Amino acid sequence: MKTIALVGNPNSGKTTLFNALTGANQHVGNWPGVTVEKKEGILTFNKEKYKVVDLPGTYSLGAYSEDEMVARNFILLDRPDVVINVVDATNMERNLYLTTQLLEMGVKVIVALNMMDEAAEKNIKINMDKLSKQLGTLVVPTIASKKNGIKDLIRVSVESIKGNYSYSQKEISYGKEIDAQIEKIREVLESSSMSVQYPYQWVALKLLENDSYMNELIKDNQGSTVLNMVQESIDHIAATNMEPEFIIVDKRYEFIANIVKEAVTKPSEEVVTTSDRIDKIVTHKWFGLPIFALIMFIVYQLTFTIGEDILGEAVAGGIESLAENVGILLGNINAPEWLIAFVSEGIFGGIGAVLEFVPLIMVMYLLFGILEDSGYMARAAYVMDRIMRSLGLHGKTFISMLVGTGCNVPGIMATRTLDSKKDRMIAMLINPFISCGAKLPIYLVFIAAFFPEHGGLVLFSLYVFGFLVALLMGKIFSKTLFKGEPSYFIMELPPYRMPTVKGVLLHMWDKVSSFLKRAGTVIFTVVTILWVLSVLPYGVEPHSQASILGKIGTFIAPIFKPAGFGTWQASVGLFAGIVAKEAVIATLGMVYAGVEEGTRLVMAIQEVFTPLTAVSFMIMTLLYTPCAAVIGTIRRETNSRKWAIVTVFYTFAVGWILSVLVFQIGKLLGFS
Amino acid sequence: MNTPLLFFPQGEKGIVSKIMGGRKIDKRLYEMGLNTGSEVQVIKNDAGPIIISLGGSKIALGRGLAQKIIVSQR
Repeated sequence: MKTIALVGNPNSGKTTLFNALTGANQHVGNWPGVTVEKKEGILTFNKEKYKVVDLPGTYSLGAYSEDEMVARNFILLDRPDVVINVVDATNMERNLYLTTQLLEMGVKVIVALNMMDEAAEKNIKINMDKLSKQLGTLVVPTIASKKNGIKDLIRVSVESIKGNYSYSQKEISYGKEIDAQIEKIREVLESSSMSVQYPYQWVALKLLENDSYMNELIKDNQGSTVLNMVQESIDHIAATNMEPEFIIVDKRYEFIANIVKEAVTKPSEEVVTTSDRIDKIVTHKWFGLPIFALIMFIVYQLTFTIGEDILGEAVAGGIESLAENVGILLGNINAPEWLIAFVSEGIFGGIGAVLEFVPLIMVMYLLFGILEDSGYMARAAYVMDRIMRSLGLHGKTFISMLVGTGCNVPGIMATRTLDSKKDRMIAMLINPFISCGAKLPIYLVFIAAFFPEHGGLVLFSLYVFGFLVALLMGKIFSKTLFKGEPSYFIMELPPYRMPTVKGVLLHMWDKVSSFLKRAGTVIFTVVTILWVLSVLPYGVEPHSQASILGKIGTFIAPIFKPAGFGTWQASVGLFAGIVAKEAVIATLGMVYAGVEEGTRLVMAIQEVFTPLTAVSFMIMTLLYTPCAAVIGTIRRETNSRKWAIVTVFYTFAVGWILSVLVFQIGKLLGFS
Repeated sequence: MNTPLLFFPQGEKGIVSKIMGGRKIDKRLYEMGLNTGSEVQVIKNDAGPIIISLGGSKIALGRGLAQKIIVSQR
């Protein structure tokens, strides 16, 4: 199948364009060996299928980050049949920088000049013919959010794949001196026996740019003589001028400036846009933070009302009647006793308890998706930077925390945008305190049992509490283990955009489907094992303290006595939660399913817990040891087993101490 | 007159004359379009990171970094 690759700056509308090209026909995975998300989709045109690959959004194609490496390796090594470069028409000077690097690679580029509507709004006029001629590439104007120009773009791409266009892409000159050095290095590379898979011209350029990856690659190929020569060239140029790497960047911008001068007319005075007006308020010195808190509060409140009260009830009812019917059906076909028990207790009691929360998770991700796609999240990080900095943390730590509210695994991976090791280590170690989506069902069951009137408020408070503990630990880490100043803060604030329905729904589906997948695999396995353990040894009263599971729980339980929930059931639940947090509720659902005929989990919980122990249990689940996937991610990202083990124990200690404190102080104050 | 970006008042425009954030950061800023000779306008400069407008897009820069970006007033 022919391949089309999409490249572009972050916020250039690349993902929206990808969605417009492929529809719901897409697949998200990981690039091999790295944790960068890989998005692929299928485009059908004239009954022929094309693979569309959405490369990570980058400003450049250097070796600065894994994103950039993934994008440039795909273009040069996987050789897509055509590369569509998505360019934000309102900010060509900056977006064309990536284009210049594509031209350097010598690949066939089609420029999708996107957001033409916003450019028109800003009174920016672009001469397509001139632009196309100056770059030597095809240029197609598009408005991805309104699906304008998509057909043209597809047609042009297909024509290009079929070889119906002859490309005469421009070569960039970096000035006589550097051009000569590139030529010299290229010749040496060509005559050497070295086997690098990249074009020599491009390798020569990258070597002069001091590209760390390319330096390593040449070194590994016994190319030390080449590297010595490159260093001579660099020193030679730097003696009379700037370092070549900066000259090269300058020359690229010069090339761009000439094109923009020819092809683009901009109004001399910039118009004050709606974005500017909104920013005046939401990034305000005093109002910024309260506005952010209010927005988050509304998000949780809405999540609760729509997700739980309206949709959740319906789904719970559906699952219950399904359970009944399946039970009757199994009885009718004379299924063995143990199978009926497993299906009703393990599957419906356990996994069903988890699935009841799918609507809630859907609503929450829908709202988060809207906030993210609208551009507000970047403002939230901006507003939080001041607080973060006063704690000795980097502002972007907050973004990794926000991502962590979905799942701590991507949250920890999001810390890669932090440049300094110190900032990154702290951000990774505190991320597990951020409550993830999998912990939601736990709170919801306990809220339904004890605080049904104040659901949104309790949920919001738990999240805030998690953030506070994370920030406090961050402060402690930055004062003790990882000293030094936080590194510089650089972040783009994209203009506000109306999120597209499709984009938000796809984003939500990504999360929900992975939640469902986990329910079907990991959670299913855990529940099965626990169910077996809870009915063995043979002949024991199922799900009783005498079962193997009961004995394990009884053994752990005393640890949790000071926190008020020293029952074997709660202990087993927490224990299972280390495999996956969804398993906490699945386990409780299973072990309490047999408490009394027809008693739902919530009612069982009301009998064994009190409001105070419910709070201390929720705090424990909020803070204690993260799930295996998170521990594994910390191990991989820190590249150290030590930090993974430290995380396991210190988070447990923090969770235990705080839940004990809550319970003991609560008791003293007369709560029960 | 050359002044660090940090001391630029809100609304003021200037041309970047020098960036001294260290090799890695300099390259990063260069590639984001903030290089010597580019025109910037300070959108917000009160508390927290400074927001500048660069070719129509907005970039937030920490105050520490803003001290190391030298801008000449127009």
